[in-house]
Amino acid sequence: MKYEAVIGLEVHAQMLTDTKIFCGCSTKFGSEPNSQTCQICIGMPGVLPVLNKKALEFAIRTGLATNCTIASYSRFARKNYFYPDLPKGYQISQYEHPICEHGYIEIVVDGTDKKIGITRIHMEEDAGKNIHEGGGNYSFVDLNRTGVPLMEIVSEPDMRTPSEAVEYMKKLRAIVRYLGVCDGNMEQGSLRCDANVSVRPVGQKEFGTRAEIKNINSFRFVEKAIEYEIKRQIKVIEDGGKVIQETRLWDSNKGITESMRSKEEAHDYRYFPDPDLVPITVEQTTIDEIRAGLPELPDAKRKRFVSDFGLPELDADLLTSEKTVAEWFEEAVKAGGQPKAVSNWMMGELMRLLNEENRSIENCLLKPEQLADMLVLIGKGTISGKIAKTIFTEMYKTGKDAGVIVKEKGLVQISDESAIEKAVDELIAKHPSEVERFRAGEEKLLGFFVGQVMKAMKGKANPQMLNDLLKKKLSS
Amino acid sequence: MELFTLGIAELNSMLERREISARDICGSVYKRIEAVEGSIRAYVTATPEKALEMAEQADKDIAAGSKKSLSGIPIAIKDNMCTKGILTTCASKILSNFIPPYESTVTSRLLENGYVLSGKTNMDEFAMGSSTENSGFHTTRNPWDIGRIPGGSSGGSAAAVAADECIAALGSDTGGSIRQPASFCGVVGLKPTYGRVSRYGLVAFASSLDQIGPITKNVTDSAILLNIISGRDTQDSTSAPVEVPDFTSVLGREIKGLRIGIPGEYFTEGIDAEVEQAVRNAIRQFESLGAIPVEISLPHSGYAVAAYYILATSEASSNLARYDGVKYGIRAEGKDLLEMYMKSRAQGFGAEVKRRIMLGTYTLSSGYYEAYYRKAQQVRTLIKNDFENAFRNVDLIVTPTSPTAAFRTGEKTDDPLQMYLADIFTISVNLAGVPGISVPCGFTSGSLPIGLQLIGKHFDEASLLQAAYAYEQSTEWHKRKPAL
Repeated sequence: MKYEAVIGLEVHAQMLTDTKIFCGCSTKFGSEPNSQTCQICIGMPGVLPVLNKKALEFAIRTGLATNCTIASYSRFARKNYFYPDLPKGYQISQYEHPICEHGYIEIVVDGTDKKIGITRIHMEEDAGKNIHEGGGNYSFVDLNRTGVPLMEIVSEPDMRTPSEAVEYMKKLRAIVRYLGVCDGNMEQGSLRCDANVSVRPVGQKEFGTRAEIKNINSFRFVEKAIEYEIKRQIKVIEDGGKVIQETRLWDSNKGITESMRSKEEAHDYRYFPDPDLVPITVEQTTIDEIRAGLPELPDAKRKRFVSDFGLPELDADLLTSEKTVAEWFEEAVKAGGQPKAVSNWMMGELMRLLNEENRSIENCLLKPEQLADMLVLIGKGTISGKIAKTIFTEMYKTGKDAGVIVKEKGLVQISDESAIEKAVDELIAKHPSEVERFRAGEEKLLGFFVGQVMKAMKGKANPQMLNDLLKKKLSS
Repeated sequence: MELFTLGIAELNSMLERREISARDICGSVYKRIEAVEGSIRAYVTATPEKALEMAEQADKDIAAGSKKSLSGIPIAIKDNMCTKGILTTCASKILSNFIPPYESTVTSRLLENGYVLSGKTNMDEFAMGSSTENSGFHTTRNPWDIGRIPGGSSGGSAAAVAADECIAALGSDTGGSIRQPASFCGVVGLKPTYGRVSRYGLVAFASSLDQIGPITKNVTDSAILLNIISGRDTQDSTSAPVEVPDFTSVLGREIKGLRIGIPGEYFTEGIDAEVEQAVRNAIRQFESLGAIPVEISLPHSGYAVAAYYILATSEASSNLARYDGVKYGIRAEGKDLLEMYMKSRAQGFGAEVKRRIMLGTYTLSSGYYEAYYRKAQQVRTLIKNDFENAFRNVDLIVTPTSPTAAFRTGEKTDDPLQMYLADIFTISVNLAGVPGISVPCGFTSGSLPIGLQLIGKHFDEASLLQAAYAYEQSTEWHKRKPAL
């Protein structure tokens, strides 16, 4: 029997606010344990939460960017459970009345667009961290993260393959980064993902029993964990068993998911409206204002890059996956760079160099205008494309202009026909047997001659002139 | 005349005339505490050194010509309001070592006005109770009869005011916890409109019902304290952005033509005959002052106690989850995390608190939420509507504060349901969020005080105080003192 998977994702995104969601403590990552806490976020007796307006605005921004309806009335609820990293014994979250509902985002699957529904986006506070160190019969609790604002973005069960899930995650990450509401860092945990996975025979309408997979902290693991879980469930069914509803933990070392708790062991969170926080009412004018302040989003940018710059879909897709990359591209084009040439240099050399040292494009010494200038030098024939690679690497390392590097290293292309001719004549004289073979029809030897002349001229010969001269001399 | 017998207004004028000093008042109140505290036991923590220090500061301010509205006035604070650097226990073993590093908004405002902290008063643990017998430390006695309870949960504050162990006090009221003990102790207790006074720093029992208010020797002092503690607080989202009038400005205005509603549902079986008689007499007194009595109905009153004990316990079960032994308070050793949690909470909480946590945990549980919590919320809306409808025809509502006068210590401790019924006339007011005040309106044949409850419209404490003052000034009840 053939099976298909049904996948839904619950994504937690840490909001990039300066302060926590219900108090004034800093949200900075990596500080001394418990240095960013106050009586409110550590849940001392009698203290009360007050909503950070920025967090609300960020949630609304995200809702608008994902085509959601923004609730005119929403409220916070308490999710009750005991754990040492949860100082109040409950997490302030949203339950019955989330801030955003009924949205979607578009992903591209095998060249066609597919809409993935967003069930809801709600705000909540993060918990702290238990640290098990020292090996003794004790644990430490760090409450710096307690109260950092989160958005939980819940998708509809609209995905059918692991790669669709990855595309969805990538698109969501791009959107929150474009909006500036989350840094999207999966390794540091500012973007976290749980997956609901079930399988069913192809053609069946009803969903199978689902398992929830937790602890997926990279794009690669989104794919691997879901892939594994689908295979596991199919095997259970084919072996005559039944998939049980449970929470499973992804173990990235072993590459498997393992049962964490069954439905029977599931917590009863006893949600109820938080009486310490008044209901949130959002006016249409506020929504309109926030909408007006939204940046151009990845999809719109991608379409514009195709229509305005004539870029292929692939180029447009890659260049718009990060806002900063797209901006770099547009600046280079604005400075006079031919769009496709800029794209080629960025997707090839620039990305390779950045990846090599894990550097972000914002911290790149090479500026977009400098790439545009270099392209002008190539266009004018001042430098060859081959030399340009050397120059580009040097520009990337030093941040110097192409012209300066050309001068310093004497890399100007030699377009003096007599100089090239001299080198060609010398070469022909040195290699009579190869000349013989070429004339006998072994045309691929042209490359050998080009290479040898270039070597002799330190790569500076104008390649077009060299080609023409060689062909002329060899066939005469 | 002893200074400790006086109220805020009288002491203020004496201080202004420089007839006495803040140290004099402080000395007098502490002399009284030494004399009677052994039998009353109103305080969990008396703060004599702190009080003296604050009184000296008050004298300096007065000498410098910058007397504030509470300079040198010793005020007792219920032990569920956080006082920076001073033990705040909620009368619970679990917080028996808790010293807050922050100040509640109400006490901050008292500090700004130069008050003197006389001490932290006893209460039912986490404000859960109607007799102060649920204190984790000791029971407070009623100054009118030390064989009886002072009411609760603000029993310590009410007893301290009645026994002159302070000049005034703050209490908190979730289902009657200011008004009922005020009634039992023969003093004035005001529960303001929900949202009128900030709850920041008040250790939560039931957040949607809790409200802080003054317990005083007379209505004037109630108005003075309400002026100071009221108003929007950015640290409490539920505090209302509503303007605060000068509540003392309405005192002395006549009440001719004031329409007072008498709800039939509050004068049925279960009410003590002497209590009913005293309240009926009070209504006649209002009539003689020109008020117009109007028979009204609050049809859903009968469901109030049930709805209250679902909502209040639901919220409490969550509010009290933070007392887990991890961060502060008492921690019991356990072989693992779960055992540490269970032992800490088992040893730290008393029986009534545990009962309510279990009840509230149950009513919020999946499968029961709809039948209990949601239903109770619906009943709450109906009760709110009852009051709104009634207030279309009347300005105030008059009822007994409690169906009986103070009962004997131990009389109801084995029967929680009987205990819960002591709040039957006060609970609806919290559910509706409207303000209520209890003023003395007579005595039983056994010389126990009886309280009259006046209920007002949302944020109309001014009318309550105006009517209460007019009544008080036309009677002698508030002038009687217990023989101690």
